[in-house]
Amino acid sequence: MKTLKSKILLNEKVLNNIYKLVIEFNSEIDEIKPGQFFMLKTLDNSFLLPRPISVNDANENTVTFLYRVEGIGTTQICKLREKEEIQAVGSLGNGFNLNELNGKIAVVGGGIGIAPLLYLTKKLGNNADVYLGYKDCVYYNEEFEKYANSVTVITEDGSSGKKGYVTDYINYENYDAVVTCGPEIMMFKISDGCKAKNVSCYMSLERRMACGLGACLGCTVETKIGNKRACKDGPVFLSEELLI
Amino acid sequence: MADLKVKAMGMQFKNPILTASGTFGFGEEFSEFYDLSLLGGICSKGLTLNSKPGNTGIRVWETPMGLINSIGLQNPGVDRFITEELPKMKSYKTKVIANLGGNTEQEYLTGIEKLNNTDVDLIELNISCPNVKCGGMAFGIKSEVAFEIVSKVKSACQKPLMVKLSPNAENIAEMAVACEEAGADSISLINTIKAMAIDIKKRKAVFDNVYAGLSGPCVKPVALRMVHEVCKAVKVPVCGLGGIMSAEDAIEFIMAGATLIQIGTGNFIKPNIAIDIINGIEEFMDKNNIKTLDEIRGII
Repeated sequence: MKTLKSKILLNEKVLNNIYKLVIEFNSEIDEIKPGQFFMLKTLDNSFLLPRPISVNDANENTVTFLYRVEGIGTTQICKLREKEEIQAVGSLGNGFNLNELNGKIAVVGGGIGIAPLLYLTKKLGNNADVYLGYKDCVYYNEEFEKYANSVTVITEDGSSGKKGYVTDYINYENYDAVVTCGPEIMMFKISDGCKAKNVSCYMSLERRMACGLGACLGCTVETKIGNKRACKDGPVFLSEELLI
Repeated sequence: MADLKVKAMGMQFKNPILTASGTFGFGEEFSEFYDLSLLGGICSKGLTLNSKPGNTGIRVWETPMGLINSIGLQNPGVDRFITEELPKMKSYKTKVIANLGGNTEQEYLTGIEKLNNTDVDLIELNISCPNVKCGGMAFGIKSEVAFEIVSKVKSACQKPLMVKLSPNAENIAEMAVACEEAGADSISLINTIKAMAIDIKKRKAVFDNVYAGLSGPCVKPVALRMVHEVCKAVKVPVCGLGGIMSAEDAIEFIMAGATLIQIGTGNFIKPNIAIDIINGIEEFMDKNNIKTLDEIRGII
């Protein structure tokens, strides 16, 4: 069975418009895989559709989300306080298949796309080289340090770490697989880099969705074998399957 | 103890709550949240004779208390529905309603023939989808056109036939009467309202098809009025839908005259909303000493 509603343990600002939300969760109800997400919504009617937010971390009794306040949904969600309840439907989506991620793995995140990669990095067990790309302000890189083999921070303006784009710093031939989440332009550049070196590339896609369950067919992703649903068949796809 | 059972079209439904086409897949996705046998019935995703990939571009867009969709009847086609989805739907032990759309008369008729030979309980004829280019809603605007297609489908159809109306019909009551005269065993309404959205930064329509279909709580007052008008105009049972999000909403539709109710967009907002609504209706009946829904149906 899936969870429908949870108690908020923490909902606080990390930096600028980046927030961290921790909710109660009973891992006996459902096992959470890295790359999965929840549909989050306030219990009032301040907006209509629940918002898909990826799992940033999960423990026996809690789930953590790292999210960027962007539109009306997240603006309302960030106002919720400790001990209040939130509609949290999940866990949803296929997530990353850890059995396919053997050998040397690069984990590449851009902006808020770093969110689902922390739990993945943790599950990969000090094995992954993590590349985190930001526009200017850096956040959460220290969390990755706890679980990664190495962490490389890249900022567009060079204010922290290396200067430029995250895609400038990956030697694809050093890896057996690359996992990425972030702006599509970044992910497709990474996918091209992987293809040239014959390296598998897994990307977690973001789409507008109404239900998050596989019913509305709003979050279509075109693949070589027809339309797939980002919510149910994804959000993680092998890049070579995609027709984007 | 309240009795929610409903008799309509020669069948008995456990309760009046059905899940609406296009908002519930073929049921499987929701079986992780509750026991689907608690429902009065499940309407399949809108089917067409041949499979459809659906529309390109953005497909869903939120508006204040509403949802505009441009899915475009993405579906596996009638044959694959029969072999792959129907057996699973039947296993949920509730009424299975096949929703059938089409671009041409022949597509409707061939689809009906195929569905005749299955254990589908009821066919909902979609003459009201605003999201496919030719046909679909084209049959649902003018009463004379609807009469033609419904008559032909009815004479080919060996299952009870419910016709789903578009709120974009020229005159909703006349449209319902035309469908009843053509042999419809039931009328369901409303499908989505033709709508649009514009992305002002891109200076473009949000949807590739420009127009799309609006649903959700914002359409409820319009849907309720149309259901009321239709209930006054026809004798066949009416299935009301449009933005129903609570037991109170559902009871309003029943008081307006609806025999059955469909829950659509609500399924996206809260996966177990249909169960909340069934329980809420029962509570309302118990509290107000209502034994059967006949006592309150059509009292307005």
